Order: sequence, then structure tokens, then C-alpha cells
Amino acid sequence: MGAVDAIPRESRTPPAATAALREADRGHRPRRTPLTWVRNGGLTTLLLLVPTLFVFGAFSWYPIAQTVIMSLQSTNLVDPPVWVGLDNFRTVLEDPLLPTAVKNTVYFALLALLFGYPIPLVAAVLMSELRRYRGVFAVLVYLPVVIPPVVAVLLWKTFYDGSSAGVFNTVLGWVGLGPYPWLQSASTAMPSLVLEATWANAGATVIIYLAALTAVSTELYEAASVDGASLWQKVWRVTLPQIRGVLLVTMILQIIATAQVFLEPYLFTSGGPNNSTLTVLLLIYNYAFANSLGGDYGSAAALSLMLAAFLALFSLAYLRLTRSWSTT
Amino acid sequence: MRLHRRRRRETENAQGLVSAPEWRQSGVRFGLGGAQVVLLVCLLVFGLGPILWLAKSAITPTADTLSSPMSLFPNGTAWDNLSRAWSEVEVGRYFWNTVVLAFGSWLTQIVVAVTGGFVLGVLKPRYAPLVKVMLLVTLFVPAVVLLVPLYIEIVNPPLVDVSLIDSYWAVWLPAGASALNVILVTRFFEYLPREVFEAARIDGAGPLQLLIRIALPMSKPIVAVVSVFAVLASWKDFLWPLLVLTNPDKQPLSVRLPAIQSQTELGVFLAAMLIACLVPIIGFLIFQRPFLRGTGLGGAVKG
Repeated sequence: MGAVDAIPRESRTPPAATAALREADRGHRPRRTPLTWVRNGGLTTLLLLVPTLFVFGAFSWYPIAQTVIMSLQSTNLVDPPVWVGLDNFRTVLEDPLLPTAVKNTVYFALLALLFGYPIPLVAAVLMSELRRYRGVFAVLVYLPVVIPPVVAVLLWKTFYDGSSAGVFNTVLGWVGLGPYPWLQSASTAMPSLVLEATWANAGATVIIYLAALTAVSTELYEAASVDGASLWQKVWRVTLPQIRGVLLVTMILQIIATAQVFLEPYLFTSGGPNNSTLTVLLLIYNYAFANSLGGDYGSAAALSLMLAAFLALFSLAYLRLTRSWSTT
Repeated sequence: MRLHRRRRRETENAQGLVSAPEWRQSGVRFGLGGAQVVLLVCLLVFGLGPILWLAKSAITPTADTLSSPMSLFPNGTAWDNLSRAWSEVEVGRYFWNTVVLAFGSWLTQIVVAVTGGFVLGVLKPRYAPLVKVMLLVTLFVPAVVLLVPLYIEIVNPPLVDVSLIDSYWAVWLPAGASALNVILVTRFFEYLPREVFEAARIDGAGPLQLLIRIALPMSKPIVAVVSVFAVLASWKDFLWPLLVLTNPDKQPLSVRLPAIQSQTELGVFLAAMLIACLVPIIGFLIFQRPFLRGTGLGGAVKG
């Protein structure tokens, strides 16, 4: 009977034989005791779950709970933490840099959507109609995604050299444009960051769209063709509605990811020039880690909580607003 | 699963959006073909171009790269940039640090994902739904929330009196807490034929034997997906190792590259960056399938 108890409760298709066996066994089964639990493999099951429970407990669930506590405390790693109520939130909300950081982050997210949302979709639709060499295209599309982000940023930083001998300025000079200051000017710095971020990330979006496009049933296209639909009508009436679920989810995921942009502003410009690329995450980093005398961990935790709460509310509102459109 | 459908479509040679009669119209064929050629040119120039420029400049003398970055070897090559980067700038040491960090992170992720996925997807004890919900919740918590408390936890771990700063465990262990991995493996195991496990159980196999003899040999595709993404994520990681590995001798390439930039000659520095890219690029070219499939799967799970 040891084997029987371990049979999963919701196993999808229990063969008739085992089901009968289970029924027969239930009849003369003793009460559940810790000993039968161990003998039935319950302990081994729990032991197998220990790595998961330990790693998530220690490095995910515990720190999530800890953020809430820390946001209400003043912590400097030396003295014991002191409860300060909502002081950290007040400090953050009164920081004159916060509106700048929020504005810059929204700007980054909007530009990233503008650059990085339509282009992958067009690329994926074109690629899904390739008769040959689709693998070659997929490799080319995805290659920038595997480049370590630090390398990508530092490489693009040399491209963005503002002198007339910089890589981009040389190329644009051939057609009589520039030289542009790129990262050195407050107005062009942020678009430059977004351009690199799009280069580095668009490939993954293309592959996700491509997987969604290839999952669209061919029967739908055939039916549309039989009804006399043109190519454009099929794109608008079949392709896009069929993948709208994926389109909506990648959009919200991209917004959530860009709201936490850190690497680009940190390595390209350190938030400059003139705080024009200071993002919310860079501000959190500065609160906690930029001050060599000891970080303001409470304020950092408070601001990360506010960002997370905002993103959660935003996602909920987004899902609500798009629900009628996304369900089939 | 999406996977199977996709593969079938590929072998059928995709009669999708564009039907056969439409394909015979020259307008459609040239329009679509032209757009695809434009896409290919864009991919080569904008996608591949920067990487090719890095490869070219890594073996070009610094003076040439500075004065005329777009010309191809005006005064010959400088292959010694690569060897100088490896030994003088100690890229060799940081390279091995990166390898060790990636290997440990891979190991914890595989152990957690396979054991967790096996319990939740095959054994399904009564508390499994609760654990699943707890894992799903972490998917919705943005990474930024973890940053500060996790750092404090590494500096001052509860229960143990040893700071984990500058220990590789500080990178290896948190890497295992990837809910996406566990969910991917759980889903994969749920789709394995139930009958195989039940037959083995009736033959008296315990949970451990089921895992080692039956589940693991069948789970190569998903283990490949989790593995390539574990190694790639570790190779790409920057902020976390920057915070917890303060000793330069222990830092990986991604952390060292920005630090050595200012004291390093440009040609040598670009060679160091090329070395940092080689493993992910070559790994991707060899293991394309799990990379591309995993990206599509990730999208499917999130969708």
C-alpha cells in the first residue's frame, strides 16, 4: 500500500486498474499516522522540497517581508534598528530629486515602448512568413540578447563618443549630419540610452512574438482566404487578434522592466548630465549604496515599496482595462 | 504544449498568413520578399554591426580606432591586444571567476528547479498548491523590492554569525530562487505520461528512484532550457555581484570591466570586452534550440 498513497490526487488520467487498486486499498487502510506518512514516502517528498523551500524562504519570501519592516525602521547595519513609523516615506516624498527621477523613468518607459514595441512585431510577422532561412534570421535577431549588458553598454558608450571621431558621429558625418553630443547633452542622453536598451532587448521580444505567431492555427488563415480576405485583412482580422494576449502581456512586462531600469543610466551617465537620466532605481541605489558613510537603507526600502505598489496597481488597472479586449 | 505545435508547423514549411495562391502573385511575393530582405539588411547592419565592430576593433591598434573608428585595419592588426587583456589586465582571472560563479548558480538553479518541479509536478503532496501559489507570488514582486533587504541579509545573515560578503555563496544561493524555473519544470513534469510513474510505483519505486530513474532521463529538454538561461543570466549579472563581491580579485568580468575601463588602453579594453562576449555568443550558436525555445516558453508562461 506504500505506493498507492503517493499517487497524485489530481492525476489527469488515472488508469482504471490503479483506480480500482486504490479503492480496494482504501477499504483496509489504517488511520494516517506519522509513521505511515514516512513509510509512504511523505518524508522523502518533503526532503526533496527542502532546497526549494530553503532558497525561496531565505532569498525571496523572507526579504520581501523584510522590506516592509525595513521601510518603517532606521537601519545603519551598526546600531540596532529603530522604529521610525512613516518617516522614511516622508523623507523620500520630500526629496526634490524624486519628481525628476519619476519623470525620467516615465520618459524612458515611453521611449522604450515607442522604439521597442512596434519594430519587433513587424520583424516577427515578416519572419513568420519566411519559407527558408528562418533559423538564420532568428539567430541574428537574438544575438544581441546574449551579449552581457555591461559589454553592450560600454560598447555603445564608445559609439556615443561626442567628438567628430566617435563611431556614430563618423557614420553620420558621411551624410553630412552631426556631430551630435549624444550622452553629453541633457536632451539627447535619454534617447541614446533607450536606443541601446532597444538594441539589447528587442530580440527576445521578436522570438516571443514568433512563437505566438507560429501557434496561430493555419485553419483560421485558410478560412479567411476562403471568405476572400486580402492579405492586409488577414493581418488585421486574424493575426493580430490571435496574438493580442501575448501582445498585451509583453507590453505590461516591458513597462514593469523599464520602470526598474538601472544598468543603462548607471553605466552610461551615472544619472547625468544634470540629473537628466536619474531614474527611480538609480535613486534607490544612491540612497542605499552610493554614500560611503553608510546607506539610508530605510529610505531605499520605502522607495522600492512605493515603486512595487505603484507597479502592482498599474498592472491591475491595465489588466482590468484590457480584459474585455484580451479575452477571446 | 506550444512547443509541439510549433515544431510541427516548421516541418510543414509554414503555409500560414500568406496562402499559396497569394504567394503566386508576383506583387505579394516581391513585396514580402523585399521587406524580408530589408529586414535582413537591418539585422546585419544594426544587430550584428556593433558586434562585428567590437571584433574588428579588439584587434586594431588603439590609435587607429581613436582616429578613424570605421576604417578596416588602416595600419595593420594588433592581435596582442587580446593577450595583453588576458594577462596584463588580468581578464584571465576575472574570466575564471565568471565561470565559477556561473557554474555554482547553474547548479543551485538546476537542483532547486528539478527537485521542486518534481515534487510539485509529479508527487503532488497535499501542500503542493500552497507552495505553488507562494512561488507564483514571487513572480509578481519586482526584483527591486529584494535588493536592499537581500543585501542586508547577506551582510548580517540571521541565525548564522558570518557575513557572506565576498563569498560566492552570496551569489550562488539567491540565484536558485527563480520561480520561473520551478514553474517551467513543474509544467513539463505535469505533461509527462502518468502511467510510467504509476507503473514504477507499483514495482515499488520510492520518490527518489522515480526522480532519478524516470523523471530525470525524460527531462533533458527542459533541463537544457533552464541550464542555458541559468548560465546566461549569471554571465550577464552585474548589480548583485557588484554589491556582494567587494574584493576585486573575486569579481566577475561584468563587474570588473567598468572598473578597469579608465586605466586601460582602448584597444586592450575592447579586447577584454570581446573575451567577455565570446562564451555567451559561442554557447548560443551551439545551443540555439534551447535558447530560442526557452524564450518562447517564457513568453507562453507569462502569457
